[in-house]
Amino acid sequence: MTFSPELEARFEKFLAKYPADRKRSAVIPMLVYAQDETEAITQELIEEVAKRCGVTQLQVDEVVGFYSMLHKKPQGKFHVQICTNISCLLVGGAELWEQACKKTGIGHKQNSADGRISLEEVECIGACSWAPAVQVNYDFYHFVTPGQLDKLLDGLAAGKKPEEITDVKKVSC
Amino acid sequence: MRYNPPSPLETPVLSRRFRLPNSQSIDTYLATDGYKGFEKATGMTQDEIIGEVKTSILRGRGGAGFPTGMKWGFVPRTSPKPKYIVVNADESEPGTCKDRLLIEFDPHQLIEGVLIAGLAVGAQQGYIYIRGEFRYLIGVMDKAIDEAYAKGYLGDNILGKGIKFHLATHSGAGAYECGEESALLESLEGKRGNPRIRPPFPAVAGAYQCPTILNNVETFCAVPAIILNGGLWYAGLGTPKNGGTRMFCLSGHVNKPGVYELPMGFNLMRMINEVGGGIRGGKKLKAVVPGGSSCPILKADECDLAMDYDTVAAAKSMLGSGGVVVLDEDTCMVNFALRIMRFYAHESCGWCIPCREGTTWLKKLLTRFHEGQGQRSDIVMIGDLSRNMLGRTFCPLGDAAAMPTIAIVEKFREEFEAHLDGKPCPYENIGSRLVTGNGLAA
Repeated sequence: MTFSPELEARFEKFLAKYPADRKRSAVIPMLVYAQDETEAITQELIEEVAKRCGVTQLQVDEVVGFYSMLHKKPQGKFHVQICTNISCLLVGGAELWEQACKKTGIGHKQNSADGRISLEEVECIGACSWAPAVQVNYDFYHFVTPGQLDKLLDGLAAGKKPEEITDVKKVSC
Repeated sequence: MRYNPPSPLETPVLSRRFRLPNSQSIDTYLATDGYKGFEKATGMTQDEIIGEVKTSILRGRGGAGFPTGMKWGFVPRTSPKPKYIVVNADESEPGTCKDRLLIEFDPHQLIEGVLIAGLAVGAQQGYIYIRGEFRYLIGVMDKAIDEAYAKGYLGDNILGKGIKFHLATHSGAGAYECGEESALLESLEGKRGNPRIRPPFPAVAGAYQCPTILNNVETFCAVPAIILNGGLWYAGLGTPKNGGTRMFCLSGHVNKPGVYELPMGFNLMRMINEVGGGIRGGKKLKAVVPGGSSCPILKADECDLAMDYDTVAAAKSMLGSGGVVVLDEDTCMVNFALRIMRFYAHESCGWCIPCREGTTWLKKLLTRFHEGQGQRSDIVMIGDLSRNMLGRTFCPLGDAAAMPTIAIVEKFREEFEAHLDGKPCPYENIGSRLVTGNGLAA
């Protein structure tokens, strides 16, 4: 299986981080970065990671089933994750989630027909003091208002990138 | 910059560089006493370093509050096996968002804390386990690690003193359970995040079955200042048996939610009213979760207390991970209990039956209640099921699900009764909860 040079370089770094006889440690980091490039965890990817880390395919497959970020089905180009856990719940996270479902016509872990957007109701993403919080792929959005969520979803549906959408700014560096 | 304005009531120790420009860079760090604690520690014996940490009364900031110096003292330093330092940056306890800031705005402080821990037990390798959702933090941390290598603070011959220490980040992939220390170690080894039976504890058999120091981000971040200024100085910032400051994550129905560094023992009502600007919309306080979702809830009249481990424990709750979640009078406690249980049912790793089945059945019962189909006997059953989970699981996740549930049912029984006999939730039509946080929203 071939990957981009960037991912290959990352894999090389991962394998060098752990003791020589502990390459299994690289399984989860490899999967979590590789799936961004391969769009999902395929059987081919499982075989490749198993080979590179010197473990069985089953040892790779069993972690795929355990970790919520690892997915065998492709997500939308922009994976919109809305937190409804306690701190977000108290300030409107659940309402944002309902709004997103209504607006897009899709539900939890579903993709839009054109593959641009997928939705996920997520557990606490560590932005409790700046709730309600949303993550689009790996970018954080804090203090999200219903108006901002509308703009974000409209913009993404119209083919824009998140950074091209006005009035909605990611927070992380 | 930080994501909320600071409060004048703060005592910035761990967060003192947050407001500096380029606070992540090693140049900023070195210009503000950076790595001086480590340099001082290179001239100390292992017993002196551990002694200083013991004197500081630093207690684990992940939630359990175990004395850090004592934990470090458990590592068998004469063991021929390699020793490891592992940082728990799998921050995922609902209500908690402090470790994210500590890494984002001062990654070198964490590296320095880890380096000192390495000296204390003779470790030469460290790993920082960062939750997968914090992808950008892995970038921040990797960059800081590269800078530390370039300036000679990491490597085979640190500062030319013959000290060897290597450090690397490790990405998680979405599992609350991996914040539990033994599950984290399983995950670090590339396996499912199921907890291990203890003993042996990580100090004796941790990463790769070798002696390991495993602490929360905030715990390591306190160490450089402790070594530099002395354990007594740090201890003096807090209350007896509860040294130092704490990163409190204030969230929920307050006017100024945010992460604030306050002295240990800071009064909870002052935190809500003076730091947090009081309850939004002039509403009344109903309850507070004092330290993340797993901590038993405190009713409004129980909240006039000092926020340190022992005082909160005396009030039959926990200081936990510092996540202070404030609930106003319009909050439906049945819905709140249900949301907590949905979380634990989702995150139970399934390894042991009391937790896997208990959380699932509690979720079903609470859902039925919230939908108005609850039966009077369910109130008793929710309590019984929860109590039967306590202390009967491999790891504390079962307790974490049971403890808040027991407290909510005991303290707000009348709200459960108000949902009986098909009655609609009395809080259903309170109106939109959406009020923009503190005016910082874009």
